[in-house]
Amino acid sequence: MTTTETTSRRRAKTATGSEYHPQDGLLLEVEDLHVEFHTADGIAKAINGVDFSLNQGETLAILGESGSGKSVTAQAIMGILDMPPAVIPKGQIRYCGQDLLTMPAEQRRKTRGPEISMVFQDALSSLNPVFPVGWQIAEMFRIHRGMNRSDSLERAVKLMQRVQIPAAKERVKAYPHQFSGGMRQRIMIAMAIALDPAVLIADEPTTALDVTVQAQIMALLQELQEERQMGLILITHDLGVVADVADKIAVMYAGRIVERADVYDLYRQPAHPYTKGLLESIPRLDQKGQQLAAIGGLPPNLMHIPQGCAFNPRCKFAQDVCREDRPTLQLVAPGRESACHFAEEVLNG
Amino acid sequence: MAEAILTATDLVKHYPIKGGVLRRTVGHVKAVDGVSFELLKGETLGIVGESGCGKSTLGRLLMRLEEPTSGSVVFDGVDMYAQRGRAMRKLRRDIQIVFQDPYTSLNPRKTVGDIVGEPFDIHPDVVPKKGRRKAVQDLLDLVGLNPEHINRYPHQFSGGQRQRIGIARGIALNPKVLICDEPVSALDVSVQAQVVNLMEKLQDELGLSYIFIAHDLSVVRHISDRVGVMYLGKMAELGEEDDIYGRPTHPYTQALLSAVPVPDPTLRDKKEQIVLKGDVPSPANPPSGCRFHTRCWKAQDKCKTDIPLLEMRPDGVATHLSACHFAQPREIIETVDVSDQQDEVGNTV
Repeated sequence: MTTTETTSRRRAKTATGSEYHPQDGLLLEVEDLHVEFHTADGIAKAINGVDFSLNQGETLAILGESGSGKSVTAQAIMGILDMPPAVIPKGQIRYCGQDLLTMPAEQRRKTRGPEISMVFQDALSSLNPVFPVGWQIAEMFRIHRGMNRSDSLERAVKLMQRVQIPAAKERVKAYPHQFSGGMRQRIMIAMAIALDPAVLIADEPTTALDVTVQAQIMALLQELQEERQMGLILITHDLGVVADVADKIAVMYAGRIVERADVYDLYRQPAHPYTKGLLESIPRLDQKGQQLAAIGGLPPNLMHIPQGCAFNPRCKFAQDVCREDRPTLQLVAPGRESACHFAEEVLNG
Repeated sequence: MAEAILTATDLVKHYPIKGGVLRRTVGHVKAVDGVSFELLKGETLGIVGESGCGKSTLGRLLMRLEEPTSGSVVFDGVDMYAQRGRAMRKLRRDIQIVFQDPYTSLNPRKTVGDIVGEPFDIHPDVVPKKGRRKAVQDLLDLVGLNPEHINRYPHQFSGGQRQRIGIARGIALNPKVLICDEPVSALDVSVQAQVVNLMEKLQDELGLSYIFIAHDLSVVRHISDRVGVMYLGKMAELGEEDDIYGRPTHPYTQALLSAVPVPDPTLRDKKEQIVLKGDVPSPANPPSGCRFHTRCWKAQDKCKTDIPLLEMRPDGVATHLSACHFAQPREIIETVDVSDQQDEVGNTV
């Protein structure tokens, strides 16, 4: 797709009248978000106060292990949490100044797709196996833009070409199982960008893919983001992928952001023991004779998050204060925040 | 040089594809198609490749969980596939396996004691019946689990702990060779290092030889002495860790290495990236000649017709095995030797 076409698409969108206008490029603000899951065994506190913001053209990586709350954050923003069992007792998610959580359901539905959209990890289970892929992409145009079958299919073909699916015209009628994993993920991306959203959330978009295909998909995502100036939230556990594409990073642990920084700063000099531990525990392709410093212990059970700092049972720096007081996210250096009582010691090695 | 404990020669495994009304064989999935290598005593041989390259089938063949279509494996001077009955059972003691998924490879209805102790039921002469409980507890202790948890069930353990149970079961009979099929890929980053360190510790203490099958090139580099790169059922390149990572001569290895994201944002623009086109072809209908020619940027007519042999080819410093007509060394990643830097690292196993 050429640049001119993109601009014309932008204009077309304004013509259809998006009621959302980012102020100073600020797209999304998440403030003090809490999410709980009420289950038969008790209340699992998946997110316990998360704040971040996202600007136009910016890539924010949310890094965390399973159970850290990174995917739940994404689902809360998209509004696709199953409620119940999920409950959002507290917090705001503002898109261009408007709180998505208090918005009427119908209005919120209209943001999903044209304004904020999402690429999921597992493309095979996210696509409907009984409809052709072209039909599923075209659905976006039929439902949100009221287009007819043939026009919407035509747009679907264009999108498939844009995400570099070979022989898109012929394959528009093919079913998901007829595509490889990488191609399916491209189809998911085509659906996600169909309505030219301002925010794209990619939840582990390459985890299920082979490494050579992963490189292709990440390159495509980056290219699309640059072309459309989308705000991209990349949710992942892979420190390598983050280092390659992110501008800012938020590291999550037990439902809280424990460190937030620019990508270069964070890798050079982490300011939270958990981040430091993660960086020391991954084998690196470009090093030999490396010793892996594993983080001892296990991630906490979300039903019983340790008192004080959630990381204290696994932390080398832990003192009595860490077992009693929960540290909040504090500025430790320009542009760097860490939720650790000993952030400065960690930062200075 | 240490002597070989296991020698595979020209291993082939074709799975028939049945089709039509009469369920006739209409083709073959060529999962493993002529693989030869040696495993030396006490070493770790890493096998890397993308999904569908046959690395897991190779592992199953070495365990004789599958009968090969042709080829042979000589283990400690004995032709493995010629053994029957009691002799085979005796041989199995010496080759054990750890599976990828700790969630499905442990029977949920058995206690940890039963799971780890089951090898003793099959080979009752290893440990007398009276001493079994003690033996199991010793094993649990050895892999870093609490011996008192012997009566617990798999679901009461986390992923990393379950993988330790799988490892305990694998080493119960004091095998000489342990085949590890993606033992850490299902684990979280912080836990992965614990298991990798444990495997290294066990190798030192028990003198095991490992065949470490994985798709993660960083982990494989970390743990392996020698590495084999597989593509579509064939070995593309095989050599010492330094040969493969420092002086790869096969274009596939080069592309694979360049696609791995390195967790260091400062390398973002310096790193050369070879983005391969397309996906891995189907092993049911592999390309003629060199199997990589459809995605290779160096491919010539010769590559479409002549199958390149895995032979010693110059890599700039010496020679190592590579299966490319146009093998040429190319430095993809700059390796930093950190073996003497990390004395202060406290390893938790």
